[in-house]
Amino acid sequence: MINDKYYYRHWVIMGIITAVVILYVCRLFYLQIIEDKYRRQADSNALVHRTKYAPRGLIYDRHGQLLVFNQPAYDIVVTINEMSKTGGCARFCRDINIDWEYYVDRMSEIKNVNTNRGYSRYTPQIFMTQLRMEDIAQLQEVIHSNHPGFAIQHRTLRDYTYPNAAQVLGSIGEVSQNDIEKDDYYARGDYAGRDGLEYTYEKDLRGEKGEEILLRNSRGRIVGNYAEGKYDSEPKAGTDITLTLDIQLQILAENMLQGKIGSIVAIEPATGEILALASSPTWDPALLVGRQRSKNYNILSNDPTKPLMNRALQAQYSPGSTFKTVQACVALQLEAITPNTTYPCSGPGSAPIKCTHHHGSPVSLLNAIEQSCNPYFWLAYKNTLEKKGYGKNNKDFKAQYNRWRDCVMSFGLGHKFDDSDLYQQSRGSIPSAELYDKWYGATGWKAITIRSNSIGQGEVQITPLQIANAAATIANAGYYITPHLNKADSMLTRRHDTKVDKNYFRYVQEGMWRVFEYGTGRHHKIPGINMCGKTGTVDNNHGRPHSLFIGFAPKENPKIAVAVVVENAGYGATWAAPMASLIMEQYLTDTIARQDLKQRMVTSVTNPNVKKYQ
Amino acid sequence: MYERRVKYAIDWFTVIIYLILVICGWISIYGASHTFEQTELFNFDYRSSKQLVWIAGAMIIGVITMLIDYRFYEQISYLFYGLMIIALLATPLLAHDIKGSMSWIVIGPVSIQPAEIAKVATALAIARFMNSYGYRVNSLRDLIIPAIMLLVPMFIIMVPQKETGSALVFASLILMFYREGMTPVILLLGVAAVIFFVITIAFAEATLPLGTGTWGITACMIMLMIICFIYVYHWLKLPRFAFILAGINTAIAAIALTVNIWLNVNMQYVSIAIVLFDAIYTALLGIAHNKRDTIWIAVFAIAAIIYCLSASILISKLKPHQRNRIMVTLGVIEDRAGQGYNVNQAKIAIGSGGLWGKGLGSGTQTKLKYVPEQDTDFIFCTVGEEHGFVGTTFVLLLYLTLLIKLIIMSERQKDNFSRIYGYCVTCILFFHLAVNVGMVIGLVPVIGIPLPFFSYGGSSLWAFTLLLFIFLRLDAARLDRL
Repeated sequence: MINDKYYYRHWVIMGIITAVVILYVCRLFYLQIIEDKYRRQADSNALVHRTKYAPRGLIYDRHGQLLVFNQPAYDIVVTINEMSKTGGCARFCRDINIDWEYYVDRMSEIKNVNTNRGYSRYTPQIFMTQLRMEDIAQLQEVIHSNHPGFAIQHRTLRDYTYPNAAQVLGSIGEVSQNDIEKDDYYARGDYAGRDGLEYTYEKDLRGEKGEEILLRNSRGRIVGNYAEGKYDSEPKAGTDITLTLDIQLQILAENMLQGKIGSIVAIEPATGEILALASSPTWDPALLVGRQRSKNYNILSNDPTKPLMNRALQAQYSPGSTFKTVQACVALQLEAITPNTTYPCSGPGSAPIKCTHHHGSPVSLLNAIEQSCNPYFWLAYKNTLEKKGYGKNNKDFKAQYNRWRDCVMSFGLGHKFDDSDLYQQSRGSIPSAELYDKWYGATGWKAITIRSNSIGQGEVQITPLQIANAAATIANAGYYITPHLNKADSMLTRRHDTKVDKNYFRYVQEGMWRVFEYGTGRHHKIPGINMCGKTGTVDNNHGRPHSLFIGFAPKENPKIAVAVVVENAGYGATWAAPMASLIMEQYLTDTIARQDLKQRMVTSVTNPNVKKYQ
Repeated sequence: MYERRVKYAIDWFTVIIYLILVICGWISIYGASHTFEQTELFNFDYRSSKQLVWIAGAMIIGVITMLIDYRFYEQISYLFYGLMIIALLATPLLAHDIKGSMSWIVIGPVSIQPAEIAKVATALAIARFMNSYGYRVNSLRDLIIPAIMLLVPMFIIMVPQKETGSALVFASLILMFYREGMTPVILLLGVAAVIFFVITIAFAEATLPLGTGTWGITACMIMLMIICFIYVYHWLKLPRFAFILAGINTAIAAIALTVNIWLNVNMQYVSIAIVLFDAIYTALLGIAHNKRDTIWIAVFAIAAIIYCLSASILISKLKPHQRNRIMVTLGVIEDRAGQGYNVNQAKIAIGSGGLWGKGLGSGTQTKLKYVPEQDTDFIFCTVGEEHGFVGTTFVLLLYLTLLIKLIIMSERQKDNFSRIYGYCVTCILFFHLAVNVGMVIGLVPVIGIPLPFFSYGGSSLWAFTLLLFIFLRLDAARLDRL
């Protein structure tokens, strides 16, 4: 062959071809095996993940009355890429009734990748949430034809049967960036409980979102479900919750607190179930739903009477004379007094603490409770702390003080109920020996220094919930069940025994019974029911004394324990005692016979600054 | 006698590879063209069903090709070539504008692209010319005539028909010329041309750290300096002069950089000046030492300067879409929405296939039309997405096997005509494979040419079948010759 000397060149050509194929295989190995971004881009190209929102769990009261349910709501979402380039924004603003500045702000928020991390031109972004039917009525019919890129997404909002229990129930709102980072269940535009029960039971109430994976073609049109819906999931509705609240009792409590600042807590002693948890001022929970939420929230948070604060759990007061019931138990337990101990009382001339009531002298324990005798409890307190003398460096005195403090705290006072489902409790305070050491020096304080504690003034601070729980503890003669709101939650029915022997309680119960029979509560007894209670009138720096009352009934088989606090209203017997009595009447007899009294409580105003948010 | 011989000499191995490729191609078209809502197998609204008709036609063409006497192809080649040139010239007059291309003649439901058949005719005609008595590939006359035979259809397809891709296919025959004895210098010059072009364009925007000018041309000039140095050092064997050359180069650069402190110096032009000096220096050295071939190095250097300068001008003269394709492939511009969109979507489709792919008919990118032309020029995306790395590698290895087999078959031919034609077939198929797959995986600019036996379309399938089976027929007759 003439070309034979070039025969070797076929190897060169084979080499070139093989080299190109090997190069391509390597490139494909990189594209298909090593590099991961193409798979993700392919999915974001073609797959649209559409959330199917789960209906939130409903909330019932203890008798099965529906309190919180869902109403249809609408979100407006916008896909920037599909928006009209030629405008129509003004028309859109008019249809949805927003101003131009809001529109521009919202759009730049959506496009800001720093705050809206999941931003993409091609996926729907939340423009506005929680709209009601009437908000979108104008828009709904024209959204597809007039406003390309915008769409309406169906959601649910909360609705309420009664305009009550706002602080207890709490509210839901759009999740923050922080929430999304903490819990990957959430995505932008989701709602979650912000406070109250909605917050505590968020994981039960929210249920589980479902997801639909749709296929989108290159023109952005949805052409069907991916893999015939094999990977889709149905939403799971949230768990319904039955509360321990009795809504009628709650309504009565809130009505009576109208025009006043204060709170009412009612507990079923045997179970720790909270029957009513009212705080005033309050608002209609429906005000914090939907588009008006942030506006109304601002109004509430700027109100100087602090309606957003749930006073029943968060406000801290000196318990005043109501604390004498606990003091009596502890003094008996620590053997400072016996049920027969008597102390002299010089009435207003007593020192170092004068007595504000008029009664005979000497006075026994039962009389002291009945008549709220200050000198008796001072002497009992002094004897409790100094029974063993002071010892070296006041060691014995402080040991005794700590014993007293432990006993008091075993009533649930001065600490949070950590195993409870209550949202944001305050701690209250039963001061520690260390605190006084810091204030007065290690040997600088004695019983006389802290004498105010003996009558519940001074440094002792409690929340209405805590003192109501103390009443329930006395009613139970020595123990309490953690106060809680979820009726079904067996976790929360834990029993806490006090450090006071149960035999001592009957003397205190007897004393409290006498308060209703002969003492400061005698005008507010419900005929035919043996009631126990104790008033408190707490001096403070903000004007008239706080009016306090704790009590329970019936004495022989307590069904309800109540604590009432009305700030700057006057004597405990004037405001708190009748309110507590009415609460007990309502709960025990299911009706109110004393309509005049009720009417007076509901209509009277002790603080003209309290607004009604309906 | 004749009948039996044909039957026994048919290279069944090649036929089977061909059939596997056609079947794989059809499966891919089926995967690409069926949307998710429409899943009927035989509906002639679908391209996969139409392709069955084209495949049947291709089989008939294959059989007929095998039945015709082998001598017929050599005899008919010039006539065939002449007719095809006329057909090519007539096409733009009859053609409908399809996406800017004037290469399709539409007859009723069928579109025909004569450019595809022109490849067969040109290959046959060149093979016949180069087989003629007394032909010497390294004589200028004998190289220019086949070159013209090549350039005429290439020009007609590129200019009046505006079908650059199909035109470039003819350039691939340079490998065949190389096999037939063409000096490798031309091949190397071709490679150099590509390298200089890529560097000039790709770094046209990268400014130099000192002085003014860009890296593109400067980098090419530095390469030329190194070539001159190596030439003087190694081929002229004058190490002393090589180092003097390097020293002078460094000195000029140093002076320029010093001047740059006060005046702005365009270092790009300084580098060109240095190369001009090097070219003259090397040429004079060669003459002084009686090595006159050295003059070619100087010519090469000067030609390279002109080439690089004109490359940047040339690129600005290209049509915007052609320029964009080149720029996108070289990574000079990132253009996800325009020209880059196709390549990016193609890469997404292939890249999302993973090792095993998403399964036949489950490719979301191809089915939802993210990938353009996903059953014709971008058919390889469907393979990549639905059958993964395993599928793409399998297909590439099939092609590699076919091409190697075609080279082996070409080498066993007893006459030049068959061998040359065999190499033409190899070159054309290789070019199609390299450019089509390279384009889809983002290594080659987007040039719209089909993947042989795979892409949807009657013209290309029939033309490739004819191309291959003529060679199979020639091969089958090898025992009949001499």
